[in-house]
Amino acid sequence: MRLAAILAAALVAALPAFGAALAQAQLPNPENIQIGLSTDRVAITADFSGADLTIFGAVENADPLINRQGRYDVIVVLEGPAKPVVVRRKERVLGMWINLDSETFENVPSSYSVATTRAFRDIAEPKNYKQLALGADNLYIQPADTTDDPVTIAEFTAALRERKKATGLYSERIGGVQFLSANLFRAALSLAPNVPVGTHRARAFLFRNGVFVKETSAQLAIYKSGFEQTIYRFANNHAFWFGVFAVGLAMLTGWLGRIIFRRD
Amino acid sequence: MGIYLPIAELSANILVLLAMGAAVGFLSGMFGVGGGFLITPLLIFYNIPPAIAVATGANQVIASSFSGALAHFKRGTLDFKLGTMLLLGGIVGSTLGIYVFALLRAIGQLDLFISLLYVILLGTVGALMMVESVNAIRKSKDGAAPALKKSGQHNWIHRLPLKMRFRASKLFVSVIPVLGLGAGIGFLSSIMGVGGGFIMVPALIYLLKVPTNVVIGTSLFQIIFVSAYTTIVHSTTNQTVDIVLAFVLMVGGVAGAQYGAKAGQKLRGEQLRALLALLVLAVALRLAFDLFVRPNTLYSLTGIDGGHL
Repeated sequence: MRLAAILAAALVAALPAFGAALAQAQLPNPENIQIGLSTDRVAITADFSGADLTIFGAVENADPLINRQGRYDVIVVLEGPAKPVVVRRKERVLGMWINLDSETFENVPSSYSVATTRAFRDIAEPKNYKQLALGADNLYIQPADTTDDPVTIAEFTAALRERKKATGLYSERIGGVQFLSANLFRAALSLAPNVPVGTHRARAFLFRNGVFVKETSAQLAIYKSGFEQTIYRFANNHAFWFGVFAVGLAMLTGWLGRIIFRRD
Repeated sequence: MGIYLPIAELSANILVLLAMGAAVGFLSGMFGVGGGFLITPLLIFYNIPPAIAVATGANQVIASSFSGALAHFKRGTLDFKLGTMLLLGGIVGSTLGIYVFALLRAIGQLDLFISLLYVILLGTVGALMMVESVNAIRKSKDGAAPALKKSGQHNWIHRLPLKMRFRASKLFVSVIPVLGLGAGIGFLSSIMGVGGGFIMVPALIYLLKVPTNVVIGTSLFQIIFVSAYTTIVHSTTNQTVDIVLAFVLMVGGVAGAQYGAKAGQKLRGEQLRALLALLVLAVALRLAFDLFVRPNTLYSLTGIDGGHL
């Protein structure tokens, strides 16, 4: 980005008249957006019960006039690793509620946390969000079998979003992005207690006067820390020995319990 | 106070888990049962994914049965040969159960199947126990001595082929019902996360006519090894044993069991059985309630293999 700016400057210097005309015609104000994470790794420890993640960012080359009018808006998204998901629907059979129909979706973000400067409807037209697939309701969720009935797919897609919101994995914070100065902003996103581990992607979208200008992204690794990670790895990579260990621990606990609380 | 369960991948309250373990331990000490049939439903009520509740329950059963088993091993009050035959059947049943478990999980019917099995089994066993203990209480009030079945009585089981001699039990019976009983309990162990003592003990006494002095020891012998096998196979195929969860439950459980055993000595046999029957019926009713009452949401999400996300 800096290199691009220098090149542009050189061009303007070499061809003043042409360059100025070009800049005015096409790039009156080539705004840019940058974000930085205070950490690129978040550890989940034994007492993890959700957390707030703060992302700082800056709008470069902001037009002072638009800035004064407060017509710059920022939407920050933290997207969890994509996974396939099966959505099932219960129906009443013989008086019992039983899973009957199901729909499989590919590449569903496991979590999706959004922070915005204002309410979505005050920032841009709905069609802009659709184009950018921005916001939990506009995320494109791809069914594994596209030949299924569109009505059914729509129903299960809606249910998937609703379930994700209900478990706190898809969340929205209106006003979660605040401008600290003319150019600097801060976004507060929430990490749910059940936030999935893996590589998350933070994306920031800049809007000017309701028009999308620029997007940037950064990566964030969420991982289980020390002890939890060790256990999880052990359970997955050495599943058999993990089972043997679990059995040994149970026998040891039973035996110690007998010694400590001897009753016969 | 939260504790992160690394396999279930969620936070739970450690005090609630300890209390749960202690309460079940208390009851299991009082009634002399493993408590797996209480732990697994309680974990499911506490929103632990059923697949993890079952595998972790099987692991917890080992701890609660082990100290009791040690006492029986020491006293020699078990039929090693009978226990081994039950165990052989148990391993076959448990292996079959694990396959059924994975299959049901993939088609999204595991939770239903677990609940149904619990409702049917606990409902039946609870009702039978209730009838039996109420009759016993009534008879003892009338002053009449409880009518015991003659031990020499033979039933259809004794007419089956492939007979085998079990010296410690003074039995000469076909191995078919022994292996079948073991296999049935093994199957339940891997699908329900129970030890199966609540079925094994009456079956040994009433069906096979095993002398009561070796019944508990033999049953515990089979339960420990089948639960151990089930835990290892669940861990290997499904990675659903949450050792942190299991350990917290075990600690609460072994402590609670000691107090339960003391409390149990103060109550009479029939009363104790009537209480246990009530408890078993209550758990069955609670699970049935969830099956028949419209859930808050009709939709649920799972991973592609049916596992939690």
